Amino acid sequence: MIYERPNTVSEAVEILSKSHEKKSILAGGTDLLVQMRSGYYRPSHIVDIKNIPEATQIRDDGDTFLVGAGVPGAQLSEHVELIKAWPGVIEAMDLIGSTQIQGRATLGGNLCNASPAADSVPAMIAADATCIIAGPNGYREEKIENVVTAPGVSSIANNEFVVSIRLAKFKTGRADAYLRFIPRTEMDIAVVGAAVCVLIDKKGICLNAKVSLGAVAPTQVVIETAPQILIGTRLDEETLDKLAKAARASCNPIDDKRGTIEYRTSVAGVLTKRAAKIAFDRAGGA
Amino acid sequence: MKTHITTTVNGEPEEFLCETEQTLLDILRDELNLTGSKEGCSSGDCGACSIILNGRLVCACLVLAVEAEGQKIETIEGMADGEELHPLQKNFLKDAALQCGICTPGFLIAAKALLEKNLNPTEKEVRYWLAGNLCRCTGYDKIIRSVLNTAEEMRRK
Ligand SMILES: Cc1cc2nc3c(=O)[nH]c(=O)nc-3n(C[C@H](O)[C@H](O)[C@H](O)COP(=O)(O)OP(=O)(O)OC[C@H]3O[C@@H](n4cnc5c(N)ncnc54)[C@H](O)[C@@H]3O)c2cc1C
Ligand code: FES
Ligand code: FES
Repeated sequence: MIYERPNTVSEAVEILSKSHEKKSILAGGTDLLVQMRSGYYRPSHIVDIKNIPEATQIRDDGDTFLVGAGVPGAQLSEHVELIKAWPGVIEAMDLIGSTQIQGRATLGGNLCNASPAADSVPAMIAADATCIIAGPNGYREEKIENVVTAPGVSSIANNEFVVSIRLAKFKTGRADAYLRFIPRTEMDIAVVGAAVCVLIDKKGICLNAKVSLGAVAPTQVVIETAPQILIGTRLDEETLDKLAKAARASCNPIDDKRGTIEYRTSVAGVLTKRAAKIAFDRAGGA
Repeated sequence: MKTHITTTVNGEPEEFLCETEQTLLDILRDELNLTGSKEGCSSGDCGACSIILNGRLVCACLVLAVEAEGQKIETIEGMADGEELHPLQKNFLKDAALQCGICTPGFLIAAKALLEKNLNPTEKEVRYWLAGNLCRCTGYDKIIRSVLNTAEEMRRK
């Protein structure tokens, strides 16, 4: 197994394009090392992106932040402006693992590992985040919801990698929230995760919304009818009940030791409603 | 193929040869004879292998040794100042915050990282911060008390 630590994006792409051997990007390694250790996976090359400036910085790009794909959760939770703009994305990332895991785990790794239960992914989807992907033909930008295509499978090609995640700057009246349900309070995999982002006007009327669920289907789900249900309302009880119903209808979960299909579906409704209330309050709705 | 790595461990320059698949925990324990960091699970769940890498608390079992090139590593072996134990170490002994001791280096390093960031944590903050450290013996309460006692003591100084 060969370890490479490129210094630039183009060097990394060159390594990834060289041959058809199995190559793995290494960000925080909190998924990759566990997979390698369990014998589940053995790449021939490991390409560490943590020496590439674009992948390790949180940069100001005018109207947006570019969060390097190799930035650990602990660093995101220290970034005052990011927390102000995206409390939901940051709380979702912060839920991942322990303090030790936070010292390494990244948004990019959580996305590219492509688990249906990945906590930060629904939050990034609700936040309308995109990712900047580098490959042999240069850069392309993709919506987060288009990255995970099946459990453990992503639309990032073998000769590409995610350089950074793009998130908009703070905007008055807009806020997000993420809630997850697990059987204990720390260190477990989501039974359901619900992310809601709302934009409201000064009177508290909803102008736009995006809702995404995790762990209830093979990939993260976007509730397509959420904008229709929420726009024009003040997120009153009746509206939230409609949203909960839509959330339950969008579920296609598995049965496992953490929750049955029926249970996951029911919890999805409850969590979506609660997350919507929190996002609305944060946006100044109350 | 072995790679030659130059790094800093507990303030001292250090070098070693390693295979790509070796974890930093493997090297610390088997090559550098720093056996204070323990291997409990090797999957990031127990925290027995906790170290501080460039100022951040991490599991050494989830870091490749090759990643250590040019980095700063702090382990339990660097916690005491010569013969003088760190206040957390003294209080763990005083408060009986350990039984078999396997989890103790991990708890101490994790608690040290917390107190360096926040010398006035609430009980809840301590409990969440240490949620990635498992102990099979003490039932946690004595550990949490000891960390809170140490924080108070260090604030008074
Ligand atoms: C104890 C423990 C608890 C955990 N708890 C949670 C939890 O609560 N919620 C949760 O969602 N996850 C959890 N995880 C899983 C993991 O920590 C997260 O998925 C984390 O975000 C992965 O990030 P990473 O940087 O460590 O990824 P890595 O392990 O470095 O990479 C993960 C995968 O993505 C690929 N990859 C990484 N970065 C890129 C990139 N930039 N471009 C292309 N491909 C890339 C890698 O090749 C690999 O296949 C936990 C893991 C452990 C060990
Ligand atoms: S041995 Fe590293 S977390 Fe358990
Ligand atoms: S003292 Fe035995 S595991 Fe903690």
